[in-house]
Amino acid sequence: MNEGQQSLLDFMRQESGKLASQTLTHIGLTFISLLIAVLIGLPLGILIARKRKLSGTVLGIAGVLQTIPSIALLGFLIPILGIGAKPAIFALLIYALLPIIRNTYTGITGVDATIKEAAKGMGMSSNQILFKVELPLAMPVILAGIRTATVINVGVATLASLIAAGGLGEFIFGGISLNNTNMILAGAIPAALLAIIFDFLLSRVQNINFKKMRTGIKVLPAVLLVLACFYFIPSAYAGKLIAGFTPEFMGRRDGDVGLRDKYGLKIHTVVISDAVMYKAAYEKHLDVISGYSTDGRLKAFDLIVLDDDKKIFPPYYAVPIVSAEALKKFPQLEGTLNMLAGKIDDSTMTDLNYKVDYLHQSPEKVAMDFLVAKGLYKQSRNGNAGTVRIGSKIFGEQYILASMYTMLIKGYTDLDVDTKTGLGGTQICFSALVNNQIDLYPEYTGTGLLVMLQVKPRVLDSLVLDKDKVYNYVRQEFKTKYDIQWLKPIGFNNTYALMMRKSEAKNLKIKTISDLKRYLESNK
Amino acid sequence: MIAVEKLNKHFGKVKAVDGISFKVKEGENLILLGTSGCGKTTTLKMINRLIEPDGGKITVNGKNITDQQPEELRRSIGYVLQNTGLFPHYTVAQNIAIVPQLLKWDKKRTDDRTRELMEKLHLSEDYLDVYPDKLSGGQQQRVGLARALMADPPVLLMDEPFGALDPVTRFSIRKEFKELDELKRKTIIMVTHDVQEAFELGDRICLMDKGHIMQAGTPAELLFHPANKFVKEFLNEQRLQLEFKAVKLDDIWDLLPSIKTRSAANAINCNCTVWETLEIITANKDNAIAATNPVNGEIKTITFTQLLSSFHQYQNNKHV
Repeated sequence: MNEGQQSLLDFMRQESGKLASQTLTHIGLTFISLLIAVLIGLPLGILIARKRKLSGTVLGIAGVLQTIPSIALLGFLIPILGIGAKPAIFALLIYALLPIIRNTYTGITGVDATIKEAAKGMGMSSNQILFKVELPLAMPVILAGIRTATVINVGVATLASLIAAGGLGEFIFGGISLNNTNMILAGAIPAALLAIIFDFLLSRVQNINFKKMRTGIKVLPAVLLVLACFYFIPSAYAGKLIAGFTPEFMGRRDGDVGLRDKYGLKIHTVVISDAVMYKAAYEKHLDVISGYSTDGRLKAFDLIVLDDDKKIFPPYYAVPIVSAEALKKFPQLEGTLNMLAGKIDDSTMTDLNYKVDYLHQSPEKVAMDFLVAKGLYKQSRNGNAGTVRIGSKIFGEQYILASMYTMLIKGYTDLDVDTKTGLGGTQICFSALVNNQIDLYPEYTGTGLLVMLQVKPRVLDSLVLDKDKVYNYVRQEFKTKYDIQWLKPIGFNNTYALMMRKSEAKNLKIKTISDLKRYLESNK
Repeated sequence: MIAVEKLNKHFGKVKAVDGISFKVKEGENLILLGTSGCGKTTTLKMINRLIEPDGGKITVNGKNITDQQPEELRRSIGYVLQNTGLFPHYTVAQNIAIVPQLLKWDKKRTDDRTRELMEKLHLSEDYLDVYPDKLSGGQQQRVGLARALMADPPVLLMDEPFGALDPVTRFSIRKEFKELDELKRKTIIMVTHDVQEAFELGDRICLMDKGHIMQAGTPAELLFHPANKFVKEFLNEQRLQLEFKAVKLDDIWDLLPSIKTRSAANAINCNCTVWETLEIITANKDNAIAATNPVNGEIKTITFTQLLSSFHQYQNNKHV
């Protein structure tokens, strides 16, 4: 199963069922929100064209709403509307409103004053002027607004997949997380095609002459309504418990695929962004989520990790990895770094992460408090016998570890430390290390195995995902391939995990993933 | 027919119309004449309530216009605009039928009346299903006129109806306009800044400046008995031509030499203006024309020089 050699068409053929349902959902989401946006925006546009004093306020508010970043908007909406279709439609609606209101307003106010005066002078009432003169003459401009809104909606609807509303974003974000180009394209190409097709069709409606326009205007709402109904086609079933998995988890062998293969877990699953997933679980919109076992949010949202009793999630033990050159150059370094070995277990790390991510304490303070409590802290010697460069990826746990190493090195050796935190993702950190830009950073065994070494499934099976075997394997391979040394593990395992609310897991007596499966099967 | 009393309108501090009063008799053509900003258009629009006055009273046929719904009032008053104001999304036929549609006429009545007016206004029926943008400026203005005349309203308001046309089209359409029998029966108030147009078409002229009426009267009255310096100066520039247009053969009949004519076959009516008579004479080969006075049945032959000398005499008498 080498994905690099699989062509895009193969992928699309293989996933055609998913692709079709995502496309339908996508069209549905786009047009439900568009329909509502027209129903709200058109009258509002007419209103402000009549009462010009309101126009500044209404257009201002719509403009401000438009500038809210879409992800942030979705975040705001979750506490109010939960996850799924409702907040997605609402967010899309908000983005579609401005072009519709503005173009209705511009269209109507742009109708030649002489024509309006003539209509009035003929004895038309203001409603007759609206429906017989202003709206028909403004229609090309109004349609241009609807067209803009449609294209915006097709684009923004990809984000709906982050809050469990489905759509082509599931492939796009899954593909990005998994670095799977075929998967990204399988979502991005249909989304782009949808935008082009709808834009073209609406441009045709916009440019037809006045006579045909009348029939066009009558047909359009019906077409919108039909397209809006597409949303309801794929989501025909609902289960007792709902799982929310990240796009990345959905596509991984050691994720949803493994859960189906090894556990035979069948649960109603929605795709959702990591950023909102924990909160959604806490607020009971979701029952089971995929997450990381040392995430501070576990504690913040009162969740527990289900035991992976069949071992599908590879071990991700945190280990400082150091270039062999640096170890040679600074002989005391290895011993100093290993002072942390075995000192931090899963729950301790979760707690430390919680302090940084949720209590907003600085990573330095959290690191120092921990070292002091363990009796490891020593005042800096302000030495200048050389400088060790420590890197880290950009999340709290890595900052904390980098801080601890900094304090240990400064306290126990005469070396100085230069921290290069915030090196982005795994690839950036790793190449910085390989290219001698940094001397060390904390890495995880699973990441080394799957991302850097990209081992074949055969090797994976031979390791049976045993923590020691994996550690020994990556240690050996890194030494020979990159001349990089894996020191002793710090102790905690930041791996994938399934989580549930503590209270619910207790009520349903679910402790392991197998328990969850049994519960689902017995409650069909 | 139409009486305007102490009409007032101000926009902010500017008094657009300042306490004006005038009357228009049935079948009369009243011209509101003046430079831009004199308040003539504002006055016109207050009559069909496109602008509501700040003070004063307007009655049409003895009825105060504020006693009616503005829409109903407007449907009973024809309105012709400078830039036609035709609906670009309506065909010619639909444009003409706007008021009948509002009045809920049946289709046959609308169709018959449309055809009647198209013929009277020299518009081919081929244009019925055409959109206005395919018509020339003159044709558009005719359609605008047809739309205003459609429901045969007794009163017609015209806001610089020929203002957007080129001079040649303007001249010919004005001529047609004068001869149109539909218009002869109507009480018309027309706004213009064109003095020639006012003198050609107006039974009476209301010369306005800065919201006031400077003088209201027949063209001859304005020319020969100007009420003030403003009126005199306003008309000075084109005085000779205007006098030719304002004076009718009837006015100078007694000054014309009474030469008996050979035949009265092509005789013109003494209702003609001096200007019109001059035009006919110069077009004639023998430099003369016969004219009849229907009051006493007298027929006189007029030559170019005779006409001019009589006119000159009349002029001298008037100005003294």
